[in-house]
Amino acid sequence: MLTFSLKDNPRLDRWLRFEDDHTVRIGTGKVELGQGVLTALAQIAAEELDLRIDQVRMMSGNSVEGPGEGYTASSWSIEHSGAAIRLVAAEVRALALARAALRLNAAPDELTVADGAFLKNGSPSGIDYWSIAGELDLSAEATGTVPPKPLSAHRLVGRSVPRLDLPAKLTGSGFIQDMMLPGMLHARTLRQPGPGAMLLQLDEEMIRRRAGGDIRIVRLDNFVAFAGADETAVRAAAVAATERAIWDNALSLAPEQATPDWVASQPSDDRLMGDPPPEPAMDRVCARFTRPFLSHGSIAPSCAVALYRDGVLTVWSHAQGMHPLRENIARTVGFSLDAVACHHVQGAGCYGHNGADDAALDAALVALALPDQPIRLMWRREEEFGYEPLSSAMTVTVHAGLDGAGQPVDWTTEIWSATHGQRPGVGGASLLAAHAMKTPPPDRKPFDIPLERGGGAARNGIPLYDIGPKRIELHLIHDVPVRTSSLRGLGATLNVFAIEGLLDDLAGRAGEDPVAYRLAILSDPRARRVLEKAAAMANWSSRDAGGAGSGLGIGLARYKNSSAYAAVAAAVEVDEAVRVTNIWCAVDAGLAINPDGILNQIEGNIVQAISWALIEEVRFGPQGIATLDWESYPVIRFSEIPEIRVELVEANEYPPIGVGECAGGPTAAAIGNAVAHALGTRIHDMPMTRDRIMKALMA
Amino acid sequence: MNECLTLNVNGQVHELDVPSTAPLLDVLRNHLGLKGSRYGCGLEQCGACMVLIDGVAAYSCSREIGTLSGRTITTVEGLGSADALHPLQQAFLDEQAGQCGYCLSGILIAAKAFLDRNPDPTRAEIAAALDANLCRCGSHPRILRAVLKAAADMREKVA
Repeated sequence: MLTFSLKDNPRLDRWLRFEDDHTVRIGTGKVELGQGVLTALAQIAAEELDLRIDQVRMMSGNSVEGPGEGYTASSWSIEHSGAAIRLVAAEVRALALARAALRLNAAPDELTVADGAFLKNGSPSGIDYWSIAGELDLSAEATGTVPPKPLSAHRLVGRSVPRLDLPAKLTGSGFIQDMMLPGMLHARTLRQPGPGAMLLQLDEEMIRRRAGGDIRIVRLDNFVAFAGADETAVRAAAVAATERAIWDNALSLAPEQATPDWVASQPSDDRLMGDPPPEPAMDRVCARFTRPFLSHGSIAPSCAVALYRDGVLTVWSHAQGMHPLRENIARTVGFSLDAVACHHVQGAGCYGHNGADDAALDAALVALALPDQPIRLMWRREEEFGYEPLSSAMTVTVHAGLDGAGQPVDWTTEIWSATHGQRPGVGGASLLAAHAMKTPPPDRKPFDIPLERGGGAARNGIPLYDIGPKRIELHLIHDVPVRTSSLRGLGATLNVFAIEGLLDDLAGRAGEDPVAYRLAILSDPRARRVLEKAAAMANWSSRDAGGAGSGLGIGLARYKNSSAYAAVAAAVEVDEAVRVTNIWCAVDAGLAINPDGILNQIEGNIVQAISWALIEEVRFGPQGIATLDWESYPVIRFSEIPEIRVELVEANEYPPIGVGECAGGPTAAAIGNAVAHALGTRIHDMPMTRDRIMKALMA
Repeated sequence: MNECLTLNVNGQVHELDVPSTAPLLDVLRNHLGLKGSRYGCGLEQCGACMVLIDGVAAYSCSREIGTLSGRTITTVEGLGSADALHPLQQAFLDEQAGQCGYCLSGILIAAKAFLDRNPDPTRAEIAAALDANLCRCGSHPRILRAVLKAAADMREKVA
């Protein structure tokens, strides 16, 4: 059977090619963002082909030769790309084996493969993949009919193979920011302060003086960039221009527009998902939870390299999908797809849709204006904070209908949020600089990622407990004055925080222990297993009555209700601030391709979620987004890192499922519940700051 | 204003003819081709650009080159190479202490400066020493383990 990605890219040679240097090139549309996906995909390929891992070369994010797999997002990579590579590798191995059998005058079942060489009845045959590669027609379409190896035959899948990209990154290379091409010019932009802003005045003479070196000024309608051989001068030019340019109709924001309450008070496009509405007479308990706008906060400003030569625009980018990027750039500049090539080069972690795609268009626009010269365009720090898409502020009210025993029998998760899906080309969205062109893109219609694709704001809005009727009422707010899009976890972070928060309150009302209360309404054996495991790791049975400043809380979810299961227990101490002292986490990832890679991802997701739960908050001001550096947008630091223990429960009999985002919601929820346990009263709003602790204690 | 100045970088003396106001980071990356020190914020807030200046960990993104003539700089490339990793780099590899890796150069440098002062630190002391360095992927637990391990490895070597 053909999988999702194979249907879109049926030709075998999009995925696999035998190289002259006795390696195998494995293509994938998914890209390395620091999550270790290329190592895991290489393991899958090497496993099925009976190669050593160093015989596999990953070709990732090549819009010309590689498969198109959309964006590297929503924890789909192993489920989609991994499944395709597994089937293709199994099929090519079978084709090669059949060919070798002919050549060796042997029956196929007399042959095996080791490190790419054919063995006949266990002895070297003198031929390998590469000696017969020329006789294989890999332009054929995959049939998906060759079964992959059984679990019992795995040698590489399931092993913690070290990350392939880490050695370079520990010795000072490996990033797009480091690319050097002959004759390359550095570039920076003057950003249009909001769509619709018009540049009235730009003092070019002043800018050249402030640059202090030779610069070129590229101007296309309301898009302006500075380019030159000296990066210091180019940066100085952009800083000067940003300070002194005069705009008409520049975006201005009010501080209250950054609040979840403001967002929730705007007109909305309403959707009901799940079961029909409950009978109004039902006895319902509800609680309202919020979180602010969040920044991706990539540690590096976005960067891209572009070259326009001989009618072809080549772009190197760290964005999350090179095929979509090619389409979006081609459409914006009016080129045919054939005239644009996009190649992925690794950048800093992005955790979703940040400025990477937009920087690629910026570089392309400068390259088109300055042909035959490679352009390395990098955003400034305040540009990354000020112009990347934010993750929407959200409000969630959870309503539970209860039976006589205090157990939930009806559930509504009511959500107010702007969209979490505004990647270029998705739902009518465009690249940023397209709005600076003479003919800006048409207005978008209300759109969010549909629930069958994991949902955006609604992600994880349906609890996985046995409750009876469950539904989501989504109030999608279209008119927010900032661009919002996907940040790791999307709506799941607040939805899980809210659902698990109310469940703890319900357990309290019923006089029951939070873990026992959950287990009583949880029949999914995989969910039960991680919950019981995390509770055991945290020594839950010794949990005290709480209220004395230290607390222990639990949170549980299955990411997207279809990917990995995660249960998290958090121990906190609360005085003036919340200090997380310990995190225990149990995860069911299905078949674990690279266990240590999974642990690394989960640990990172936990750390990031602690930062969201306690610290992070975007603020607005008259000049737009006001949190433009790490002092105004603080994130978690080393001294705030708790002891973190993560364990995988053995689940190799299930297919591999995405893990990179599974622990965020449960971590935020566990901290929220631990804080409630410590204080004896709940804080419903993220981040759980000093002010909110005081307010909760006064209430 | 350009002035001729000398800089010892990773054991090699360079005569530089660059504007005295150029940031050290730009000189390292663009004039000397040492790309390991990274631009993160340009504001001395994230630590991705950290290098050793006369053995002390320092931000390089805003430090004007004109103030540094005659000084000795060590970048991540000067710690070790792929064939001869510094014990810190080896420990980071052993612990798989990194995700995207962009912050690692600065963290390795900060850790090197710290272990030179305190060869037998606790986890809390390491965390305090690395507090000026941001990591956005959440590799902190592994980085703390790796620095503890490197410290132990280095003590063993000395003993």
